Amino acid sequence: MKPVFCSLLLLCASFLAVTAALANEQKNAKWRADVYAELGKAPEKARNRLNPLENDPDAAAAGRLLFEDHCAECHGEQAEGGKKAPSLRAPEVQNAEPGAIFWVLSNGVVRKGMPVWSRLPEPQRWQLVRYLKSLGIAEPASSAREAAAKP
Amino acid sequence: MRLLRCASLLVLGVLFLVLGPGPTAAQESPYFVTYDHYLEEPGNLEVAYFSTFGTQRGGNNFHSYWAEFEYGATAWWTTEFYLDGQTTFHDSTVFSGFKWENRFRPLQREHWINPILYVEYEDLNGTDKTLKEIVGHDVEADSLDANAEARREHEREIELKLILSSTLKGWNLSENIIAAKNLANEPWEFGYALGASRPLGLKAAAKRCSLCRQNFVAGLEMYGGLGDRYSFGLKDTSHYLAPALAWNLPSGWTLRLSPGFGLNDHSHRLLLRWGVSREISGFGGMVRRMFGAKS
Repeated sequence: MKPVFCSLLLLCASFLAVTAALANEQKNAKWRADVYAELGKAPEKARNRLNPLENDPDAAAAGRLLFEDHCAECHGEQAEGGKKAPSLRAPEVQNAEPGAIFWVLSNGVVRKGMPVWSRLPEPQRWQLVRYLKSLGIAEPASSAREAAAKP
Repeated sequence: MRLLRCASLLVLGVLFLVLGPGPTAAQESPYFVTYDHYLEEPGNLEVAYFSTFGTQRGGNNFHSYWAEFEYGATAWWTTEFYLDGQTTFHDSTVFSGFKWENRFRPLQREHWINPILYVEYEDLNGTDKTLKEIVGHDVEADSLDANAEARREHEREIELKLILSSTLKGWNLSENIIAAKNLANEPWEFGYALGASRPLGLKAAAKRCSLCRQNFVAGLEMYGGLGDRYSFGLKDTSHYLAPALAWNLPSGWTLRLSPGFGLNDHSHRLLLRWGVSREISGFGGMVRRMFGAKS
């Protein structure tokens, strides 16, 4: 009787753990989607703005330093995303207009934990946008881990 | 066990300050008195030390100082704890008390004018000379009392501020409207602080450098009292004008300097302020992990 009871208990515990993990993953996915959705909220005028430093040869290098100083803590060293902030190499960001990324940087996503970055002067925010766009699309960290775990 | 955790937290904090977790260059404003609408980044802790040297007509000059611990609780809430003290020359050195302030950002997005709500509780004795806010009829003569006498006075005060701040073409313009109330049945007192600042360079350099123009932010502050509920206005109030400079080093340290000049006979002639601060990124996460949270 005892081994059966233990097995049942173990089964219940495993079921609870899997359910909790799935719920957490769902919650994270929703949170990421909410943050990415902010890009779509940029007004048309802001979205249509062109990066004035698009052709500046130093813009991406300067943007990289700014990213390391202000963004990497939450978004990860390679902008691959972390526990506190989503990947910036996701298609949602990489396919967004530079003006929309600039708008989100300037306004933050305050209720989702991203501070307002208008503290950085406009040219520095454009340098950051230039750097982000230079990174290209990459798989989010969680998907890469899942793929690696598959046999 | 709790003592051990507290001790290790303290040691870890000191190590963080000395060795640093890697470069996290701050982008701080040069203001000493005025607040802008930028809050601390969530999870970051800024530790700061500030000093004010003040001249005193008819008495001894003084050196007041405060330690400041500013924590970004969320992207819309920053909480800050202060410990104040002062040395009056030819008199003594005393601890003046503590303050606990909170700043809240009510609006989600950036606007032409961005409001921040500020609430502070102060528990100070009469020796406090930090002059971080000038309200009511605060005048130079208030600082004449000897420390032994002044420390007998005990003030518990609530201070409210409406912070309005705008950023345009690299300039920051900030206006603070202050209302303070001693909880011991004294009238509301009012004050103001205005500030304008701008980085010397708007574009970032493509390599790390300490002396690049974008690391320096220059500004000007003006602050003073506006009387109280029964005598609102400029009569018997003190006012100051203070150029200010901040130097944000790539190592994460910020140095600030500001000579403030009294604008009328009720003001101290000179308030020379300087300060040093260091931002510790990810402090909140570090503490959570120490107390058992999974990384």
